[in-house]
Amino acid sequence: MARNSKITDPAQDPNVSTLSDAPQEIPNELPHHTALVNRHAILEKSPTLLLIASLLVVSIGGIVEIAPLFWLENTIEKVEGVRPYSPLELTGRDIYVREGCYLCHSQMIRPMRDEVERYGHYSLAAESMYDHPFQWGSKRTGPDVARVGGRYSDAWHVDHLSDPQSVVPESIMPKYAFLADTRIDADHVQDLLKTHRFVGVPYTDEQIEQAASDFKVQADPDADYDAMLARYPGAAVSNFDGAPELTEMDALIAYLQVLGTMVDFSTFTPDASR
Amino acid sequence: MTDHKQDDVTGIETTGHSWDGIEELNTPLPRWWLWTLYLTIIWGIGYSVAYPAWPMISGATSGLLGWSTRANVAQDIDAHAQKNAQLVTDLLGTDMEALPQDADLNRYAIARGGAVFRANCSQCHGSGAAGAKGYPNLLDDDWLWGGAMADIEYTVRHGIRNEQDADARYSQMPAFGAILGKDDIAAVVEHVISLSSSDFDAALAETGAEVFADNCSACHGDAGQGDRSQGAPNIGDAIWLYGSDRQALTQTVTKARFGVMPPWGGRLEEADIRAVSAYVHSLGGGE
Repeated sequence: MARNSKITDPAQDPNVSTLSDAPQEIPNELPHHTALVNRHAILEKSPTLLLIASLLVVSIGGIVEIAPLFWLENTIEKVEGVRPYSPLELTGRDIYVREGCYLCHSQMIRPMRDEVERYGHYSLAAESMYDHPFQWGSKRTGPDVARVGGRYSDAWHVDHLSDPQSVVPESIMPKYAFLADTRIDADHVQDLLKTHRFVGVPYTDEQIEQAASDFKVQADPDADYDAMLARYPGAAVSNFDGAPELTEMDALIAYLQVLGTMVDFSTFTPDASR
Repeated sequence: MTDHKQDDVTGIETTGHSWDGIEELNTPLPRWWLWTLYLTIIWGIGYSVAYPAWPMISGATSGLLGWSTRANVAQDIDAHAQKNAQLVTDLLGTDMEALPQDADLNRYAIARGGAVFRANCSQCHGSGAAGAKGYPNLLDDDWLWGGAMADIEYTVRHGIRNEQDADARYSQMPAFGAILGKDDIAAVVEHVISLSSSDFDAALAETGAEVFADNCSACHGDAGQGDRSQGAPNIGDAIWLYGSDRQALTQTVTKARFGVMPPWGGRLEEADIRAVSAYVHSLGGGE
């Protein structure tokens, strides 16, 4: 091979590295003085350990923010008048949840002047303590309904749910006329109450036992409803939808008519520490 | 770390780690970033001292500034009440019948009443108070229970046919489906139509006039002019709450109607009730 004198011998060229330039042993680990980092490497190399450790770290936030709420005495202020929902109201509440009413209607009057003047007294934690899950909502496409109870007549609710634009022409609420055609029965209402008792709603044995009859009696003003009213003070007794059959319309209106009416604010003194 | 090396090319310190001969620059964080981080930490500590923050055994720390949502809203409401205090006192002290003569106070009452109406009444009576089927129009001078200031105020305060207020205005038309036969109902409907329209069957209406005199005139009057003392509507005019066609009227006679208005006495403040009464009175039909 003819040699070009202008090209230096690679072996002599300082810019060309050769095998002999490589260290004897390539250090593939951190230097020995980074012992702590080395120990961290144990975590980094085991996905399971890493997962457990990150869970521990993240749960500290939860423990600090959430756990005290379960034991703090003042988490829910004690308020007179709040009672568990009657069987018909609870059924109505299920319909409210099923239809996704919470997507457009909040049930949370915030402590601000404009809200208090429009909707009434700001909501208290105790007022939703028997809600599983609560219906505070976070979006008001329609108005807040935390205190809608007693505000309108049953007939208005029927008109409004069946065809909202018939009473509020500017409304964009969808029609729920089918509620009046969907009949309901008391077959599973006892189970519904039991389930709520399971998650902490203090239904008495008597309330569970009488669930089915209370369910029917509340929508029948001609029946003997005194015992039901004793169990659920302040419940509205009415043939809510004006039709003889017991329908989802009855249940939903029974629920709407009790919203925000349980606490008597003329005797309520707010706890100043909040 | 002891053997901090400098990178020859950039002059920046390296971390001392070496992977396959490749080393890593230990570029320091920008000073502004670091200081921002320190400031947020200091802010966080200060904030949790000044405001309610840490959960303790029987409650959360209340914070040195004594901040309270409830006190704030009460203060805010008080401050605005303070500004209107004189007007409210005047409104509460005034004779409602004389209110329209007091121009300034009346202007305040109507403005306040308008706001109350839009928040509480418009859902049934309409945002312009023109009503809807089953919910009376408040703009005309056709009143069920009276359109004088005192009548309106009473209706607002106690409502109509509700369960909550023992003083609510109350009356109930019987459901004539159980009292009269179908023919009689058809005849009386024809008679009622004849009172305000020219499109009716004269012979049938004449039969209906007898039925009307026997069953309806006690409340609605001989000529169908109504009786405000019991909320019996004037059925001689062309203003209809539930519709004026034969079908709607047959329904009304057969099953009767039972319009309910909730009482606002316990729900609204006294000044609000007076204001909204003044507002409704001012709409055009006030007597």
